[in-house]
Amino acid sequence: MTESKRIHPHKFTLWVAMASIVMMFAGLTSAYIVKRGQTNWQGFDLPLIFTYSTMVIIASSITMQLAIKKFKDRQMLQYRWLLVITALLGVVFMVMQFTGFNILNQRGIKLIGRGSNVSGSFLAVIAGMHMLHVLGGIIALAVMLGKAFSTRNRTYTAVPVEVLGTYWHFVDGLWIYLFIFLKWIS
Amino acid sequence: MSDIAMNPQTGTMTVPDVHHDEHGHHHHESFVTKYIFSQDHKMISKQFLITGMMWAIIGGLFSVFFRMQLGYPDQTFPWMEDILGRWAEGGRIKAEFYYALVTMHGTVLVFFVLTAGLSGTFSNLLIPLQVGARDMASPMLNMLSYWFFFLAGIVMLSSLFVQTGPFSGGWTAYPPLSAVGEMSQGSKTGADLWIVSMALFVVSSLLGGLNYIATVLNMRTKGMTMTRLPLTIWAFFFTAVLGVLSFPVLFSGFILLLFDRNLGTSFYLSEIYVQATQSALPNEGGSAILYQHLFWFLGHPEVYIILLPAMGMASEIISVNSRKPIFGYMAMIGSLFAIAILAFLVWAHHMFVTGLNPFLGSVFVLLTLLIAVPSAIKVFNWLTTLWRGNIRFTPGMLFAIGFVSLFISGGLTGIFLGNSALDIHLHDTYFVIAHFHIVMGVASFFGMFAGVYHWFPKMYGRYMNNTLGYIHFWGTLICAYLIFWPMHYEGLAGMPRRYYDYSQWQSFKQFGGLNEFITIFAIISFALQLLFVFNFFFSIFKGRKLTTPNPWNANTLEWTTPINAGHGNWPGDIPEVYRWAYDYGKDGVDHIPQTQPVGANESHH
Repeated sequence: MTESKRIHPHKFTLWVAMASIVMMFAGLTSAYIVKRGQTNWQGFDLPLIFTYSTMVIIASSITMQLAIKKFKDRQMLQYRWLLVITALLGVVFMVMQFTGFNILNQRGIKLIGRGSNVSGSFLAVIAGMHMLHVLGGIIALAVMLGKAFSTRNRTYTAVPVEVLGTYWHFVDGLWIYLFIFLKWIS
Repeated sequence: MSDIAMNPQTGTMTVPDVHHDEHGHHHHESFVTKYIFSQDHKMISKQFLITGMMWAIIGGLFSVFFRMQLGYPDQTFPWMEDILGRWAEGGRIKAEFYYALVTMHGTVLVFFVLTAGLSGTFSNLLIPLQVGARDMASPMLNMLSYWFFFLAGIVMLSSLFVQTGPFSGGWTAYPPLSAVGEMSQGSKTGADLWIVSMALFVVSSLLGGLNYIATVLNMRTKGMTMTRLPLTIWAFFFTAVLGVLSFPVLFSGFILLLFDRNLGTSFYLSEIYVQATQSALPNEGGSAILYQHLFWFLGHPEVYIILLPAMGMASEIISVNSRKPIFGYMAMIGSLFAIAILAFLVWAHHMFVTGLNPFLGSVFVLLTLLIAVPSAIKVFNWLTTLWRGNIRFTPGMLFAIGFVSLFISGGLTGIFLGNSALDIHLHDTYFVIAHFHIVMGVASFFGMFAGVYHWFPKMYGRYMNNTLGYIHFWGTLICAYLIFWPMHYEGLAGMPRRYYDYSQWQSFKQFGGLNEFITIFAIISFALQLLFVFNFFFSIFKGRKLTTPNPWNANTLEWTTPINAGHGNWPGDIPEVYRWAYDYGKDGVDHIPQTQPVGANESHH
């Protein structure tokens, strides 16, 4: 086997890490299924804003993919701008998720605290943990931007940006799974 | 030539570029980068080992304290008050603190010693050395893995000094004791610190595990196919896979627990009345059993996370010191694989008495008993490797054989407990304590000791003292059986675990003498471990020096590195591998290292 055909160790490590993250959400969603079958479960409809936030995060995946392409073409100006847009879309996504929680609260569905029902709490935990993973991606994007704007070091390897891109798509795909789970399976 | 350890992306920030440097090291290492924030896997493994030893002493001492209470419930020991202060007022352990001690003993030994101390030490030391890599896939993450472990330790240690004492709800941290602060003293700050510490520990384990998997699969030297790997590496690999897939589920359980504790949710809590505060909690609709499912989905694989590294090291050490190839190499890998799969399918056997559907229970009985098959294959292969071997009874070898002995005697009682019908009687008795201490606790400790004695020359360039090693081995083996054998009897007779004072019960009073007997040997055993610790540190500085890089005449790659190898392991090129690791006594040759090309008229194995 030649060196070039091997998967880069960092990329491989990311794949294992993603499997690990999947296990955590699998734990949470299977706990959800178990709880739903028991007494005192109050179902509710997801506010529409979660559908819009899903579109936003899908859009951010597209800009991320374009950024990788621009990096490989060495079009660094577009690359930087696409990274900025991706990060901003990530922030918008998080704000929309948070707004969704608030809308539910206004509807009288308490997610946490006294009088909360497990169904709402599960949404808070699952969507909240996902938001933390998006936040991690945004921080990584910020670091990558810092490197992209630094004039002292030039990077030519696409591995770091590819690793970040894979993670970003993963977080996107994870949300799509969670969204489908929360919207229809519940 | 192979250029696997080097990747251009990491070259600038991680692994020093020793590959193109035939003269060794030119980069400067300060005290801090060499001994503290080291990215060298060998140094990180020493950090894991020594931190683990410190925790073993603390966790072991805790067991001595609560054994004093169990062995001498009617006596007082003023020296305990000197050490423990108001927790042992008048020289007798307080009831609340007794539970805190038991909880800490379990947590510390299971996670900090036998997970981080065992797998952290030897996966770090042996994976790069035995697969032929300069370092881990990501030395940076590897360093972080240790420091998250260290931080977890600091948080856990600090919980011993808070006003309300450390967490006291058992190492499994079942709600509501872990979820409601008013439940007991130990459910207050101590529980918060426990959860924070464990969360940090999970992060440490995941970072370590990611690295181990990536290194084994991606960083092997030329010629090192998967089926040429020593069994140690296979065991560490499966251990890491188990950890990476099961710790996140525990983590999700902890998140729900944190929400219940601090944010008023009701995942695990329902209709609870707290005796201490005479008040009813508002929580409705939760289920404590849900936590048990999430916990044991990690909890059972955790047993194998602890045991598999010991199995791998015992396989390697027994083969080297029998001067024979390991019997059934592929069967050994297959059985490791089978155990790793089954580990995920048996968690509910910890929950037979929770009201689990008996039909579901019978499925878990079947799957649990299936573990006996790969386990028996492994035992058979160890014994047949020893059979008619040229055995060298080094301390490492004795501990490896001791591991097999303990694994057999502890494994047999697993067959009792795996049957749900028997478990209804035996659950929560001393029989369970005896079973898991022998099969997982002491056996894995023996694997760890075997590893330390065997690879100490690789770690420090010196030998440990043999005489002290023999005393350590025979003393510990005898103590282990004298401590835990009587507990089987107590458990069969119905003596429950977790009681503070058995002399209060007419039915358990009769075991007073036996409990005292156990306590005496627990103390002796603890003293013997201090002897080992002395031997370890003394030998680092004063041990007999190594004169040859390959003291045991072993075949594996770690012995092709120089004594006290620097960062990067091999001063020149990474050697290429031509054969498996177990060519001992082949064609009348004592041993053929993996780096030796296959001869023209060599026989096939």
